[in-house]
Amino acid sequence: MLAQQLFNALSLGCVYALFALGFTLIFGVLGVVNLSQGAVFMVGAYAALTAIDQLHAPLWLAIAIAFAFSGLVGLLIDRLVLKPLRKRDAPHLIPMIATIGLGLAMNSLVQGLFGAENQRFPSEVLPQDSLQIAGVSVTVLELGIILVSFVLMTVLMLTLNRTQLGRALRAIAESPKAARLLGINVDGLFMLTSFVAAGLGGIAGVLIGLYSNALFPLMGQPMLHKGIAVIILGGMGDIRGAMLAGLFLGFAEVLSVAYIGSDMRDAVAFGLLFLVLLVRPKGLFGTVQERKV
Amino acid sequence: MTDLLKLTNVSRHFGGLKVLQDVSLSVQPGTISGLIGPNGAGKTTVFNLITGLLPPTTGDITLDGTSLVGRKPHQITRSGVARTFQNIRVFKEMTLLENVIVGMHRHLHYGVPGLVFALPKYRAAEKRARDRARELLSWMKLEHKADDLADNLSYGAQRRLEIARALATEPRLLLLDEPVAGMNSTEKTELMREIVNIRGRGYTIFMIEHDMRFVMGLCERISVLNFGKIIAEGGPEQIRNDPQVIEAYLGREDDEVSVTPGVAE
Amino acid sequence: MIDFLDNFWSVYSNLVLSLGTNALLALSIYLTLSCGMLAMANAAFMGIGAYTSSILTMNYGWPFPLAIAAGMAAPTLVAFVIGRPTLRLSGVYLAMATLAFGEVVRLCILRAENLTGGALGLNGIPQLTTWWHVLLAVVAVLFLLARLRRSKIGRAFEAIKEDETAAGLMGIDVNGHKMLAFALGAAIAGLAGVLDAHLTFFIGPQEFGFDRGVEILTMTILGGINSLFGPVIGALIITLLPELLRSFKDYRAVANGLILVLIVLFLPKGLWNPAWMRKVTGLAKRAAPSA
Repeated sequence: MLAQQLFNALSLGCVYALFALGFTLIFGVLGVVNLSQGAVFMVGAYAALTAIDQLHAPLWLAIAIAFAFSGLVGLLIDRLVLKPLRKRDAPHLIPMIATIGLGLAMNSLVQGLFGAENQRFPSEVLPQDSLQIAGVSVTVLELGIILVSFVLMTVLMLTLNRTQLGRALRAIAESPKAARLLGINVDGLFMLTSFVAAGLGGIAGVLIGLYSNALFPLMGQPMLHKGIAVIILGGMGDIRGAMLAGLFLGFAEVLSVAYIGSDMRDAVAFGLLFLVLLVRPKGLFGTVQERKV
Repeated sequence: MTDLLKLTNVSRHFGGLKVLQDVSLSVQPGTISGLIGPNGAGKTTVFNLITGLLPPTTGDITLDGTSLVGRKPHQITRSGVARTFQNIRVFKEMTLLENVIVGMHRHLHYGVPGLVFALPKYRAAEKRARDRARELLSWMKLEHKADDLADNLSYGAQRRLEIARALATEPRLLLLDEPVAGMNSTEKTELMREIVNIRGRGYTIFMIEHDMRFVMGLCERISVLNFGKIIAEGGPEQIRNDPQVIEAYLGREDDEVSVTPGVAE
Repeated sequence: MIDFLDNFWSVYSNLVLSLGTNALLALSIYLTLSCGMLAMANAAFMGIGAYTSSILTMNYGWPFPLAIAAGMAAPTLVAFVIGRPTLRLSGVYLAMATLAFGEVVRLCILRAENLTGGALGLNGIPQLTTWWHVLLAVVAVLFLLARLRRSKIGRAFEAIKEDETAAGLMGIDVNGHKMLAFALGAAIAGLAGVLDAHLTFFIGPQEFGFDRGVEILTMTILGGINSLFGPVIGALIITLLPELLRSFKDYRAVANGLILVLIVLFLPKGLWNPAWMRKVTGLAKRAAPSA
């Protein structure tokens, strides 16, 4: 049922795109490869789960809470770890190493608190119905995921391209020094970007938790690795490229599972990554912007 | 006498931008030549093309008749071309001595067994490297600072270190990119003397510079680049009086340059 | 006295030997770092070495020395193959590509169940590693790396680490040297893998994944990359830490992660930093800035 698979692929691709967007935003604006994004993604899912279990929150509220909580974590990471490193003008690899440590610490902390076993969202919260669209049976869940993702991505694109704020962010992405000289509140925007990017990651976590009906402390890891593949495929720092590459990966994965076999599904991302690195390191979809320090 | 370095109709396009158009020039062995031009004319790009950091879009670059185009930077250096940089690129965390010894890399002939077991070949080569490095540092009046960290040097001293390091590669052609930028006049006069000495030892020098007194005082032959094109070529007197050159410089807001005919500086 | 030493050894021999293999791993990452590359593939290389040698000794009865050689050769070969496309990437791209590669290796190990036992791992590896294997390995590697540092190769690494372009223009074959550092690092990691597998008689894919890679990185960064002793000291601390803080054993990974962050923030050059130590002991290497 090709059409079925296509919808499947679309919703998975949307989640990948959403995750990659957060990742790319941080890289583009802050100039840091934030490898704790996987952990933040996972934290969002667990935050939503806790909200539903403990506070009996409805799904939409849980998602909002996930956004806020993950965003807060991302903000803290920026203030406590990334900012001092920026002040010190540390070479690029250093902040990345720090975020590796943070990611690991967060993963293990959550594992200690919640246990390593798979958890699920309670089934009452999951929309169960499906609709018939053009003869294809689509679950409301998938539709919801696609809708939420598209809304978020559209808002992001519009903000970046049509607003003053977006212009400021793009200026910072080109050159933070020049942006500062232009009077842009670079530090404030770093905070905002960290918050939003982490928040997007958190929402992506909830969506994947719903899609695959499984939450576990290390769920961010495969996501992180795929996120890496996506942003290299899409060209690092390129927002549009990240979205396209995320969608592309979703399709590639689902189709390969359907026609090749499910055990190598995670390897699809890496296989693509290596092929691309061999042939076109600048990525399939984007144009790499050189950042002037 | 055959040209040591020859650029023939070299162009470099980047996107729609024509950085260099149809540049031809030649440098004779044993001479000091100069490349001047207003800021943004494309001078450092010429050096980047010669040293293989960028490929020319069209045209050929030959060293003693052999084409350099398509070869990797380290291969070009090994053929006998060395350079210094407009924005200084010394190895900051190494001492001066170590910086210069790095330049001798390709001249140290020993393999892994030699270095592991400290065989005679290794020991001799390392000693030769240290001695030669001190010698080169002394040419640049830096030998008393041999064990200092490069990062601690003044601007002018770092530029001299770069020259010593470039000389360590045993080049035939030495490319100097703005060797006196940021130096005071005493240092500049010193360096002029040192460069004449270097030429006296058999090296060929090709330099980019903005300081006219320096260029006119040293170079036997000068090429002038403006907007990516060669607009004049010849000896210092000729260039000084060339109307196109004067216009190129006076037409732009250049702070360091004054090329006024007939006025001695 | 002899009794005490005997008792100590019977209780702690594994720990001491693990210290040795961890030191080897830390040194393997140090090697690539000293050339300016952050390559996060060494845990995977360790795994390749571990599995290759274990399969050979367990299933084919190979003698240990040959298995060691094979366990070093296999990851080196892989390093050469993946090195060519990935080493031309810089900094961040390289780190991520090698991270991703590590995942691929782990997935392949899981998939090749017949050979590797899949998720259940390999059990019953002959315990062939003795203390002198480990000692010899550590001493040999330290010696080799020390000699490299004092040669044109070590200087080339440092030059590349500081400024690749300038290094290339000094006649250094940058790609060749990077490949050397990468492949040699892989060989050392493979050696550590062989020795470790034949010590603990069990290996599983989860041991060679991301967590392990981060742990190795932490050891090296903690100790500092300015001298060869740094990684060894870092390995010492990270290996002993869970033993010293028994109650933290479950949170070992959290500790590792936090240590990494704290070191990066507060002690960027690591613990064993000759410059800092000289300053503290009053012997300053840096002369005053000169005119």
